[in-house]
Amino acid sequence: MKSTLKFALGSLIGAAALSLSFNAAAQDVTGAGATFPAPLYAKWASEYNKATGVKVNYQSVGSGAGIKQIDAKTVAFGASDMPLKDDELAKKGQVQFPTVIGGVVPVINVKGINPGQLKLTGPVLGDIYLGKITKWNDPALKALNPGLALPDADIAVVRRADGSGTSFIFTNYLSKVNPEWKSKVGEGTAVNWPTGAGGKGNEGVAAFVNRLPNSIGYVEYAYVKQNKMNYALMQNSAGSFVAPDDDTFKAAAAGADWSKSFYQILTNQAGKDAWPLTGATFILMHKTQDKPAEAASTLKFFNWAYKNGDKMAADLEYVAMPESVKTQIEKSWSEIKDASGKPVAYK
Amino acid sequence: MSSTLPLPPPALQPSVHTALRTMTSPPPARVPRTGPAVDRLFGWLAKGAALLTLSLLVAILASLVVGAWPALQKFGLGFLLSTTWDPVKEDFGGLVMIYGTLVTSIIALLIAVPVSFGIALFLTELSPSWLKRPLGTAIELLAAVPSIVYGMWGLLVFGPILATWVQQPLQALFGGVPVLGALVSGPPVGIGILSAGIILAIMIIPFIASVMRDVFEVTPPMLKESAYGLGATTWEVVTSIVLPYTKAGVIGGIMLGLGRALGETMAVTFVIGNMNQLDSLSLFQAANSITSALANEFAEAGEGLHQASLIYLGLVLFFITFVVLSLSKVLLAQLRKGEGSKS
Repeated sequence: MKSTLKFALGSLIGAAALSLSFNAAAQDVTGAGATFPAPLYAKWASEYNKATGVKVNYQSVGSGAGIKQIDAKTVAFGASDMPLKDDELAKKGQVQFPTVIGGVVPVINVKGINPGQLKLTGPVLGDIYLGKITKWNDPALKALNPGLALPDADIAVVRRADGSGTSFIFTNYLSKVNPEWKSKVGEGTAVNWPTGAGGKGNEGVAAFVNRLPNSIGYVEYAYVKQNKMNYALMQNSAGSFVAPDDDTFKAAAAGADWSKSFYQILTNQAGKDAWPLTGATFILMHKTQDKPAEAASTLKFFNWAYKNGDKMAADLEYVAMPESVKTQIEKSWSEIKDASGKPVAYK
Repeated sequence: MSSTLPLPPPALQPSVHTALRTMTSPPPARVPRTGPAVDRLFGWLAKGAALLTLSLLVAILASLVVGAWPALQKFGLGFLLSTTWDPVKEDFGGLVMIYGTLVTSIIALLIAVPVSFGIALFLTELSPSWLKRPLGTAIELLAAVPSIVYGMWGLLVFGPILATWVQQPLQALFGGVPVLGALVSGPPVGIGILSAGIILAIMIIPFIASVMRDVFEVTPPMLKESAYGLGATTWEVVTSIVLPYTKAGVIGGIMLGLGRALGETMAVTFVIGNMNQLDSLSLFQAANSITSALANEFAEAGEGLHQASLIYLGLVLFFITFVVLSLSKVLLAQLRKGEGSKS
């Protein structure tokens, strides 16, 4: 009697364990981090859920918070707009890979100037944000735009008030092209802005620029496109003036050498069509996985997204990674292993 | 314990009974209605609730100190006087935010207290009775508007109006004047300390006004009628009868408003401009407040000094609120002392 009970119990537990492991194969995934790719990740997640029934939760809490959460292992993947340096990654025992590319675009609100008419260079943009160029009819701006009727008005500078990957791309670029910016302000998700009003989020900056006459700001490309904002042309490192669009972002991404490391900052890339304020957004995962089932689920999701998600990315004004980079990303996933050292299987 | 106390004999007259009861503090335990165990349980629950609040306060304070410790160690009290806020070089000082918080709250009080006083006065003394209820409800409804709505409204509607109709005329008027000119300098964009102060004033008016109205209403009608009967004007009745009678409540209402102004976040973030530089005293200059800096920077602040400095700012705000509260208590105590000596 007793032994049959034991047997029944044992088989029950065994069955439970078996069903658990089956469930684990299609486990739900939680990630957290950057706000910039959040609309795309949400779109991918909902389509992926329709296709496979697996839920992917993405909390857009900001890159810094995403890094904190993946360090604490409270999420399966973290997302950051700012890539981690290779030695830092090694120290943390993490890997990173880029998902999509986006661009940061200077936007203006000046009467009489149409989208794409104003031309800017990196040093001039830096001087405006340093507070050295304060008038729209400054000689430096006039020299770049001989045909435009620039008003005799103060420039109202607008920038992000919150820490942001967008600001990182922007300040990283200015640090590369404007020596005074580099020494005085530097680069980071939040910096000590010498001048200007701060808006919260891309929408905050967009609202400020739309409202303040004679203002300049910078936002993600998607905001320019959706709100039909007045963007400026930028001079890239090859000397040509380019407009922000998918092609110039792709040109910037193509200039980077992804084969050695995914630590690539795409600002100020060489290439005659490259948009100088381009950046990729990244996913962070631990190399050694305590919960390989969850890791497998995560990798399956991104594998699916790389194969099926390009169109959705384009619809939302993001630029997908080139195929060659995708192959390298998939290769790099062999570094993600379970506790016994076996690569996590995701196919 | 209570059984050892002398109990009033049951045969006493009711009037003597009540007189005795007011003199001896523990009430006579005549017919216990609830079991002693239930009563004790109730006592514990009440005590527990009080202790829970207290321990929460202590825990918040402790975690703030622990979180701010790296910044406390690095910058010490110099943090309060430094205007640098540089996340790249990890050099932090809180004066800009402290200044912004205090100045916007003071502007808010300067505007809100007289206006609220007028509202409360009108509602209790002057308003025709058919207008009292709708007007009172309308003012209370203002308090129910979410603060982010005030922020959006301030940025998109109020800011431009302020820029065109207030800042530009003021700048034209005071352009060359030494002190006033400096107070109104800067780009007239409708964003900055003054806008934040005015938005805050609008937000705290309903709080102060409704508290004032409630306390004005409890002034004994007999006193007011007597004053009116002696030929006092409405103003005289208010200043010499209503206000002295209700000053504790009035100050309480103002402090409630000030507390809200100090802690308001979203509305301020929208209109203050979020600039961590203190290079002019202009009221039109973009600035920052403690709560606004916290809301903007906390999510992206990495571990280390940046985060610790933000928590340090939170600790400073905690301290400011504490000082404001203590000052109001001291003020009230002083007023009460004055009352005793006058009579």
